[in-house]
Amino acid sequence: MDEPAQPIPRVPAFQQYEFDNAYDEMFAADGSTRAHYQDIYDLLIRLTPEEYQRRKTAADITFLNQGITFTVYGHEDGTEKIFPYDLIPRIITRAEWDTIERGLTQRITALNLFLKDIYFDGHILNDGIVPREMIYTCKHYRRQMKGVAVPNDVYTAVTGTDIVRDETGQFVVLEDNLRVPSGVSYMLANRHLMKYVFPRIFGAYGVRPIDDYGQRLLATLRSLAPRRREDPTIVLLTPGVYNSAYFEHTYLARQMGIQLVEGRDLLVHDNVLYMRTTAGLKRVDVIYRRVDDDFLDPLVFRSDSILGVAGLLNVYRAGNVALANAIGTGIADDKAIYSYVPEIIRYYLGEDAILPNVETYRLNEPKSLDYVLKNIDKLVVKAVGESGGYGMLIGPHSTKAEQEEFARRVIADPRNYIAQPTLALSRAPCLFDSGVEARVIDLRPYILYDGDKVTIVPGGLTRVALRRGSLVVNSSQGGGSKDTWVLNN
Amino acid sequence: MMLSRVGDTLYWMSRYLERAEHTARLLDLQLHLMLDQTEINPVRRWNHLLKSLHLPPLETGQPDAFEMTHWLTFDPSNEFSILSFISAARENARHVREQISSEMWEQINRLYFQVKQTSIGDIWNDQPHEFFRSVKEGVHLFQGITDSTMSNGEGWSFIQMGRFLERANMIARLVDTHYQQFAATALDQTVNFNFLEWVGLLKSCTAYEAYCKVYTADVRPDLTAEYLILNPDFPHTVRYSVDRLTIAIQAAAASTESKRARHVTRLAGKLRAMMDYAQMDEILADGLHNYLETIQTQCTQIHNAIYSAFIVYPADEFVN
Repeated sequence: MDEPAQPIPRVPAFQQYEFDNAYDEMFAADGSTRAHYQDIYDLLIRLTPEEYQRRKTAADITFLNQGITFTVYGHEDGTEKIFPYDLIPRIITRAEWDTIERGLTQRITALNLFLKDIYFDGHILNDGIVPREMIYTCKHYRRQMKGVAVPNDVYTAVTGTDIVRDETGQFVVLEDNLRVPSGVSYMLANRHLMKYVFPRIFGAYGVRPIDDYGQRLLATLRSLAPRRREDPTIVLLTPGVYNSAYFEHTYLARQMGIQLVEGRDLLVHDNVLYMRTTAGLKRVDVIYRRVDDDFLDPLVFRSDSILGVAGLLNVYRAGNVALANAIGTGIADDKAIYSYVPEIIRYYLGEDAILPNVETYRLNEPKSLDYVLKNIDKLVVKAVGESGGYGMLIGPHSTKAEQEEFARRVIADPRNYIAQPTLALSRAPCLFDSGVEARVIDLRPYILYDGDKVTIVPGGLTRVALRRGSLVVNSSQGGGSKDTWVLNN
Repeated sequence: MMLSRVGDTLYWMSRYLERAEHTARLLDLQLHLMLDQTEINPVRRWNHLLKSLHLPPLETGQPDAFEMTHWLTFDPSNEFSILSFISAARENARHVREQISSEMWEQINRLYFQVKQTSIGDIWNDQPHEFFRSVKEGVHLFQGITDSTMSNGEGWSFIQMGRFLERANMIARLVDTHYQQFAATALDQTVNFNFLEWVGLLKSCTAYEAYCKVYTADVRPDLTAEYLILNPDFPHTVRYSVDRLTIAIQAAAASTESKRARHVTRLAGKLRAMMDYAQMDEILADGLHNYLETIQTQCTQIHNAIYSAFIVYPADEFVN
């Protein structure tokens, strides 16, 4: 483990920069600047406050003009805010990226095999690798998908896996988002911004491009179209204008040149899906859906949903439409099932996981439960089905009463919780009015899979906990983002 | 190709804005006319305005100009207030934000906030006129921005349809209401009684100056009707609006190649022909009210036909 570094050059820009036992992306343990951050460091110590303000203003205007905003809930006047961002890029070396890319390719391949197995033969359950009751008690398991063939056996055409770095600098997977991962528009917007605000240093660094994400996503979606359909019609299904990710939906639809539809634009007739256009009904072949499983078809799932289409599941079963992602992929998002992913990789691929999981205690195992209850003040306890930083207890940051409350909940329903050691997530430099400060970051690359190959644009969304002392990177809780530069060499 | 929902939303966005502008013009004139001492009592005057706006007459008592202006301009609980119309237009625009230009979205937002952040108290003591003028200009600016920043494709055609269908309907209603109220005298004589009211009718269509250029300031009821109904060149006449409506419908029908659109193009063509070949003396002989009512009925039929051609059609007829 790196010792807290001290001999950092105390230049004015870095007055506020703090170290602890976490891995620092910019500085090595001895206080020297890591080679791939040297040019950024030099830029930062030369950057005057005026220069900083000038670039910050230019960046704000770029975001506003592009309409890269999100709607703040609870404001009836529809106030829109700029998505918070940071101007210092997060840099990943070629070697680091190769590991991430190989690790994610392996992981996504195995998870798709796992999902197919679960919804067909259940070998992994019969062999006792994953306990059967884990699957049937998972709230994302969809029994309606049992025996339903999906195009190219692709369950997750788009995945956004969250990766963090532990104290040793090792990349570990924190969670897989196999349902409807969001945030890719901010990845693209951040890049656009950086090329505009810091063109010279961007050019000098040799950063691998990510701009073709839209085309690659479109190609992936097209590959899922029912075979007999030439020139398939692909649409993006959004819950509508009040959804917090609506901006992203419009952005991606524009990037791909496809129609942005809502449930009320679609209808099912004789097991075929159509959209209503002014020129009549037009057949739809592939849906990139940004609506959760529960809301897709009121005849099968939640009957009060008006976001989906009645009869969609039957069209899907008949093979007349492809959904990306498939229904029921959330099984592996369950944090208890997540803990089996290394075993899942070994079972289907015969390999060790390249990217390890965070060590996870399954509380349905009595020994683990006992340990966790004794050490709850040191651990992070999470509800298996929650995300976005909700439904969790961070032991060292909690009160005695909160710990007791969580212990009660865990005892009452151990299947519904897991525990992990409290991680010191890596820190990266962020630029504020007061200078450069270190903040917690993670990384969400976007992984495309068409059944034949896995494609990952080199980069991802680096989320950052902009509030001082915060560990939560989610935008709903004060998080922001920064551009991610994967270097050519 | 355009989603039916998008066409529907653009159409209504445009209709609501046209209504907001129309209401602002009528209300502005109303307050202006009330400055002069005339024979017409306030109850009659307000009822006349309400009728022109398709609203029911006052129930009881003496109307208060302050209250009435507030109700018709700023009251969010009145779905016929200018604020409600602009708010509805903005809500529609928001649902198709990716289909309209950013400039259009910004302008409709500006207009909305301008009206929403003003109250009757702010405008009453100084110049209500300035305020209504800024609303009219805000809508004109939106239309200008639309024409110069949006591709003149199918979406634009739906905006045009909404704008001109609403306008044709509104002007027909306005002229009709006015004649029922004030046309007791000989129609082919220069008006001397209620002169201001007749000038007011022209002004509420921003047509007074344009009228004078054609007929001089000799204001005659028959010529006023002829101008507001049949003039093909002035943008606030029934005939001009019907021409534009027909062109927009034909453009939408052409770009969708929809068979069902034949019905709506036929109806629009029929109304246009009825205007093209009409003469004022014949119209007056048959009864102006009947003629204007026919126009309004046909506008409703065209609206329904637009819906069944492009927006809500039976599913099985279109499966191919």
